[in-house]
Amino acid sequence: MSNTLRPYLNAVRATLTASLTLENFSSQVVERHNKPEVEAHTSPEVLLHPLVVSRNESERVLIEPSVNSIRISIAIKQADEIEKILCHKFTRFMMMRAEGFVILRRKPLPGYDISFLITNFHSESMLKHKLVDFIIQFMEDVDKEISEMKLSLNARARIVAESYLSTFA
Amino acid sequence: MSAPEVFQLSVGPLTGVAFSPDRSQVAVCANTNEAQIYARNGDSWELQHTLAEHDKLITAISWAPQTNRIVTCSQDRNAYVWTPTETGWKPALVLLRINRAATCVKWSPKEDKFAVGSGARTIAVCSFDEENNWWVSKHIKKPLRSTVLSIDWHPNNVLLAAGAADAKAYVFSAFIKGVDSKPEPTVFSPSGDVLAFVAHDSSLNVVYPSGPGAPPAAYISVKLPSLPFVNLTFTSESQLIAAGHDCQPIVFSGDQSGWAQSHSLDDPTSSSSRPLTPHATGSRVPSGGVGRLGNNEAFNMFKAADSKGQRSGSSAPGGGSSASSGLTPVGTDGLLLTVHQNSITLVEAYEWSSNGDVSKISTAGKDGRLVLWPVTAKAGGLAGKFGALQV
Repeated sequence: MSNTLRPYLNAVRATLTASLTLENFSSQVVERHNKPEVEAHTSPEVLLHPLVVSRNESERVLIEPSVNSIRISIAIKQADEIEKILCHKFTRFMMMRAEGFVILRRKPLPGYDISFLITNFHSESMLKHKLVDFIIQFMEDVDKEISEMKLSLNARARIVAESYLSTFA
Repeated sequence: MSAPEVFQLSVGPLTGVAFSPDRSQVAVCANTNEAQIYARNGDSWELQHTLAEHDKLITAISWAPQTNRIVTCSQDRNAYVWTPTETGWKPALVLLRINRAATCVKWSPKEDKFAVGSGARTIAVCSFDEENNWWVSKHIKKPLRSTVLSIDWHPNNVLLAAGAADAKAYVFSAFIKGVDSKPEPTVFSPSGDVLAFVAHDSSLNVVYPSGPGAPPAAYISVKLPSLPFVNLTFTSESQLIAAGHDCQPIVFSGDQSGWAQSHSLDDPTSSSSRPLTPHATGSRVPSGGVGRLGNNEAFNMFKAADSKGQRSGSSAPGGGSSASSGLTPVGTDGLLLTVHQNSITLVEAYEWSSNGDVSKISTAGKDGRLVLWPVTAKAGGLAGKFGALQV
């Protein structure tokens, strides 16, 4: 792991642990409803200060806590066009299967590549520190995954070009 | 030191817990629309009755110690008063007249009234109407701007303290003609001379009022480096126990001149070997901090001061308590080392000793566990601390 990744992930971990202090809070605007306040945005007093943890200009995490839910949006590193395409395809693949990931949001926030929404019901049914572990693991693996895909894509392109050009040799 | 008694009553959270006057029964709500009454049988609890009248999640239960009545309130905007009969518990309707969820309920000390906090920015103070055989309510509306999160009664049966989501704690008069003869959770001390509340900024606040209209004689705010507390209870005039998202009950002691953290009732034994920062993802090489400075004591001190606002030496006034880190340790099996595996939401006095101080408390949390803790004194000062130190 590179030298700057660990402090970055540790900062995200500490922030997530501190913001995952959720409780059951039924809506004070709509009768008999229970909505994630960070999405509904109807009662400003139960929203807490959003926080951005940033490693560099392209890699950052936005954490928006509220009384009964938190929203985590991740911007994944995209150095060139290929990484941009790979990242888009990868996150799209995941978000189309969002219900399988339970806490994944179907759409990312503008400016970010992927968003998670954790409500008090998730923190009740799952161990809190494991939820934090999952997000951190995801952030670690997604970079690895995309650079691996980029390598195999380049290798494949090379093989295709070689076999195509060998007919002219 | 005797161990706490742990009972796993459900898989999901326990949203309301109330013990019967003789402590032989307990009414709990396991995150559903039904309250269940369990009877104690040796070391286990057996289901006896189910109180099913609500149609949404029950948010709070209160059991009156003298009149033996239960009041439940729910997110369906209703409350019911349950009275025991030969054929089981009989519900009585309460005219709450609120249009949002009821969040908390508490019997008054004389048990002729109870107060219900709600998401409709009101507190309904209910009393019994003999003519119509139902409970009627009187609303407290005025300064409340947000959901009421907690309420507690003053022992004089008139004053009512409330904590609300608009970051304020209020004290009201809940006087009802003819009958009278929390930011977050608020609790009065046994004598009613002290008000304490915890807030979501991880602070514990204690107020000593002086007189009507006058500023309080003392206002003490203790900021903590731990995760926020959710609930608290006084055990004596100079001691209280708070618990919350750190999954362990913490004892505080003090008086009008100041309050400080004393110790944790559930100190994980490995606290001395536990890192103070959140666990790093990669395996941490001992000297692998930032360059060669990682092992430097002075460097670590400034690092802790920078990242967590901790000053070494005075970080934990009680000395060496694990709660100062703000992160509960995780065992090798992936579970927390504390008894509670998720946030504690309810703390209540369970048993009193002969001098009037609380000798046992009960806690319940989102992990579905009900735990009875003996209130222990601080582990033998210096000797106790050395004993815990692994040399």
